[in-house]
Amino acid sequence: MKKILICISLILIYFACAEPEKPLIPLGNVDYVERTENGQTLIDTVYHTVPDFSFLNQDGKTITQADFENKVYVSDFFFTHCPTICPTVKAQMLRIYNTYKGDDRFLMVSHTIDPVRDSVAVLKKYATKLQIETDKWYLLTGNKAELYETAHQHFVPAAEDKDAPGGFTHGGHIVLVDTKKRVRTYCDGTDPKDVDRLIKDIKRLMNEEFK
Amino acid sequence: MKSLSKLGFVYTIIAIILFFLCWTSCQTEPYKQGRKLYELHCQNCHQKDGNALMALIPPLAGSDYLIEHQEDLPCNIRHGMKHPIIVNGMPYEGEMPANKILTETQIANVINYINNAWGNKGPYVSYEDVLERLEKCKK
Ligand code: HEC
Repeated sequence: MKKILICISLILIYFACAEPEKPLIPLGNVDYVERTENGQTLIDTVYHTVPDFSFLNQDGKTITQADFENKVYVSDFFFTHCPTICPTVKAQMLRIYNTYKGDDRFLMVSHTIDPVRDSVAVLKKYATKLQIETDKWYLLTGNKAELYETAHQHFVPAAEDKDAPGGFTHGGHIVLVDTKKRVRTYCDGTDPKDVDRLIKDIKRLMNEEFK
Repeated sequence: MKSLSKLGFVYTIIAIILFFLCWTSCQTEPYKQGRKLYELHCQNCHQKDGNALMALIPPLAGSDYLIEHQEDLPCNIRHGMKHPIIVNGMPYEGEMPANKILTETQIANVINYINNAWGNKGPYVSYEDVLERLEKCKK
């Protein structure tokens, strides 16, 4: 009898301590907006969203948020001459690509932060060498200020810095965005374990969004 | 008396565990400094598994180029590489940045690490080898 009790309490302790999956709460500032409906005052929760942009992909086609309609996507920031973390992040992005490239609810996008050197032609060559398909993974270039603003809207630091290796500083984050343009989570793109977690979170988010 | 022999038994077990811990860590890690330098200066591009990045950056694991160009390697590490090369039958034309921070000893350590990591079977390179090979690219 005693043994059974011990067993049961051990099982209970296990379940109490097992880490529950964290809900993917939208990141950033939250606004509460009052509105009146049928004479009743309701409060809407408004989350941060990524504003629209207009960039060129590796085929020279204009890409805006219209191209992300009904898609969950991951986003990162890089430059092709990057001597530091970018190849590592790209290798991890390739893992995500290989996991979800068959799923047409999912897209990937990498923005350059060095549009002066990273022209459409340079990005095209890069994409060919990475062996990625344009309609699954956009490499985007365009107006420098708009690219940096887009990085910041994804909560990723990016800036020109003459003292940094390669001339730019930026975060190696991979950011997950939902169909309503809300940033839901991100991972450290240089840490394979954190990327494992993101790969699971992508699946969770898609299950939640496309019920 | 009984508790004393018990204590002795525990000490023996601890000693055996410690011995195995030390022994395995020394056995599996002949080029530890080289690995640390690799992680710091090369791994971003050539990756932990030495397989690098598709057609953008050439692999070091199983690279025929690495084994065949041992003579040029110290210069290539110090001054970078920028000419098209063929590694295991695949063309690469990227740019490897110069590394002016590594000393001659550190270059030897990093070479010995990549020559022997991931199943590679490259030659041992001494500090004197590196000094001699760097003569070719002294400016
Ligand atoms: C910024 C990225 C980057 C870094 C950092 C880097 N490499 Fe490279 N490496 C390259 C590229 C790109 C090439 C191909 C160069 C070419 O095509 O001329 C290359 C080529 C090589 C080659 C010859 C080709 C082969 O695959 O055998 C060796 C050996 C090599 N690197 C070793 C190193 C070592 C050792 C370090 C660290 C001290 C290092 N690299 C750091 C990008 C990098």
